[in-house]
Amino acid sequence: MRALILALSLLIALPALAVQPDEVLSDPALEARAREISKVLRCPVCQGETIDESNAPISRDLRLYLRERLVAGDSDDAAVAAVVDRFGEYVLFQPPARGVNWLLYLAGPVMALLALLTGWRFIRSRRPAEERTETLSAEEKARLDQIMRD
Amino acid sequence: MIVEIGHFALILAFGVAIFQMIVPMVGAARGWSGWIDSARPAALAQFGLIAISFVALTLAFVSSDFSVLLVYENSHTAKPMLYKISGVWGNHEGSMLLWVLILSLFGAAAATFDANLPPRLRARVLSVQAAIGVAFLGFILFTSNPFLRIEAPPFDGRDLNPLLQDPGLAFHPPFLYLGYVGLSMAFSFAVAALIEGRVDAAWARWVRPWTLAAWIFLTIGIALGSWWAYYELGWGGFWFWDPVENASFMPWLIAAALLHSAIVVEKREVLKSWTILLAIMAFGFSLIGTFIVRSGVITSVHSFASDPERGVFILAILGLFVGGALTLYTFRAPAMQAKGVFAPVSREGALVLNNILLAVAAFVVFIGTVWPLVAEMAWDKKLSVGAPFFEKAFTPFMLALAIVLPLGAILPWKRGKLKRALLPLRGALAFAAAVAALVFAVSTGHSALAVIGAGLGAWLLGGAAVDLWLRTGNSGLSRLARLPRADWGKAIAHGGLGVTFIGISLLMAWQVEDIRVAQVGQPFTVAGYEITLEKVEERPGPNYDATIATMRVSKNGRQVALLHPEKRVYPVQAMPTTEAAIQNGLFRDLYLVIGDPQQGGGWAVRSYVKPFASWIWLGCALMALGGLVSLSDRRYRVAAGARRGIVAQPAE
Repeated sequence: MRALILALSLLIALPALAVQPDEVLSDPALEARAREISKVLRCPVCQGETIDESNAPISRDLRLYLRERLVAGDSDDAAVAAVVDRFGEYVLFQPPARGVNWLLYLAGPVMALLALLTGWRFIRSRRPAEERTETLSAEEKARLDQIMRD
Repeated sequence: MIVEIGHFALILAFGVAIFQMIVPMVGAARGWSGWIDSARPAALAQFGLIAISFVALTLAFVSSDFSVLLVYENSHTAKPMLYKISGVWGNHEGSMLLWVLILSLFGAAAATFDANLPPRLRARVLSVQAAIGVAFLGFILFTSNPFLRIEAPPFDGRDLNPLLQDPGLAFHPPFLYLGYVGLSMAFSFAVAALIEGRVDAAWARWVRPWTLAAWIFLTIGIALGSWWAYYELGWGGFWFWDPVENASFMPWLIAAALLHSAIVVEKREVLKSWTILLAIMAFGFSLIGTFIVRSGVITSVHSFASDPERGVFILAILGLFVGGALTLYTFRAPAMQAKGVFAPVSREGALVLNNILLAVAAFVVFIGTVWPLVAEMAWDKKLSVGAPFFEKAFTPFMLALAIVLPLGAILPWKRGKLKRALLPLRGALAFAAAVAALVFAVSTGHSALAVIGAGLGAWLLGGAAVDLWLRTGNSGLSRLARLPRADWGKAIAHGGLGVTFIGISLLMAWQVEDIRVAQVGQPFTVAGYEITLEKVEERPGPNYDATIATMRVSKNGRQVALLHPEKRVYPVQAMPTTEAAIQNGLFRDLYLVIGDPQQGGGWAVRSYVKPFASWIWLGCALMALGGLVSLSDRRYRVAAGARRGIVAQPAE
């Protein structure tokens, strides 16, 4: 949150709203797509804001450009790709799952598996004794019988 | 003069902290009781000195003493008094002073209360606590001194960032610091126990209230910050997965895990070394958070050079304390033998699962937060990790946690049966299914999030109720009032989590937004509400100029609300802010924002209907309340312990 404050304070002369009424497309379906996409694109000059939230002029340009692409008939992916071509992967709030980014995506699940495995091994080591050896071997049984007789 | 006294007191506190770090530790090792006992007065003196220093800085802010550089940079004569005071911690130097004030406050509290703490353990705890104090007092004195003067004092100050001039944000940092720094107590106890080589049920009972208190403060601090973002930033977002937010969220998750694992140590004497590790990690994440916030290394890719000295200093503190503690841990942890045995299906087993889910969730947040930094340093790639990633990677762990929680909460210790535990939860299950079905019917299809989230929220709420009911032994309402506070606290906090679940999922799925140019006097309709912009007027505020709109909201011809969204310009910092007008309701918030006047007449207006928004913070409040109720349980009640201590003394 403090980053947001910082970002906002850095941009001194800014308009009061993010998405302006004049940007909104007349086709509601297309507009909804544009909004969804602009929620995952990062404003290139702010600190951690999406272009949907940002008040920076460049975000407005990006929003307008995105809508142009959509109106021109681009698919969502193509429109995003067009923005990435211009500004680099930095604008993607969700890094593409390829190359080294696989490490990012796999880190959570792998850690979860490891933790579950370790946890399970620990839990098994704490099992009560009577559960660990449920039946006595024949030899143990003979020995037990002998003890009981004595 | 007052400022110099403050400065001097801070230097003295530094000296006292060095004494408190060394003498009691040596005393405890050698068994010299005089040296051991010196920890208590030292801790009190350290707190007293830092308090003097803090009061001095506050006086400088209150009296607008612009000969102090920090006051000049962050204050202004026209600012309301509340924000002159909150301006003390609205900046780096002052907030660090608040940080050490709270650190020494916790130390002083541990020295004063907990009378039945063995003197040797107390000496070691206070010594470790003082070591942290030394590090941060040194950090303040050598890199971020708040008491520096300007030779030629300017006539007026540069004012506090207008966004920070808000009651929600005035109290957000102190709570957050109380949480961050509170975890230092758990850390100090863990390191002291490692040095002592002993962790037992009594140790867990001493650590738990501190952790619980820290967790409560973190909960309140995070909730305040999120609530502030909701009403101040002008579009009603409540969580952005921003690195700085994550910095407070990671310690919260780990502290929640630590709370639960300490219960297992207290009741069953297992999970000892894991609990120690969690205590170290919880404070470690607090330090990482401090590093992220102070160095600017992650929020902005370019600012590592802006203040390398501070960043490096904190990194060194982080390395020293976490590294040192972990080294100690590798030597001493194997000696901690677990005592209790338990079957996989048992309360212990469920709490292990709780810990795994919370810790891995914190790990996911951590890796996502530092990934841009790692990618840039290792592969020279500039990339971003934000909300879309975290929502996908983090949410599954919370869903799993919510599924298991009500079951785990009622499983018996040692050994349980899943079927036996599920039986009393039939009611909760039916309730959850009904809520999920209702939400499915209302949300007309496409949102699985709302159905799953609200269903799980209802499951948590129902589970909490069943938990309470089972504790009464089916013997009715009269027993309910006499249940131990810890049982109530547990149910309230778990129910609160359910309420937050419902709030987040329904808000995200059902929110309605409308952006348009509104003409004065012409009504428009948003989600069944008829909204009219009646007038827009200019009005000066105490230290800003405001544009205030009057908007009438009605439904079915009846007026629901008359709201006044504002736009402010703070001339000193030449900065505009939006003040959304919100009508809070239990089932929906109306949220109106006024924008700029348009060329063809009319005003840009954003209107939102936000269903169940207040449930998010209501749930947080319940979680914090649950923690408080649990903290007041007689087992932990500080006075009860103190009384026992006094009674015990003659017997020695």
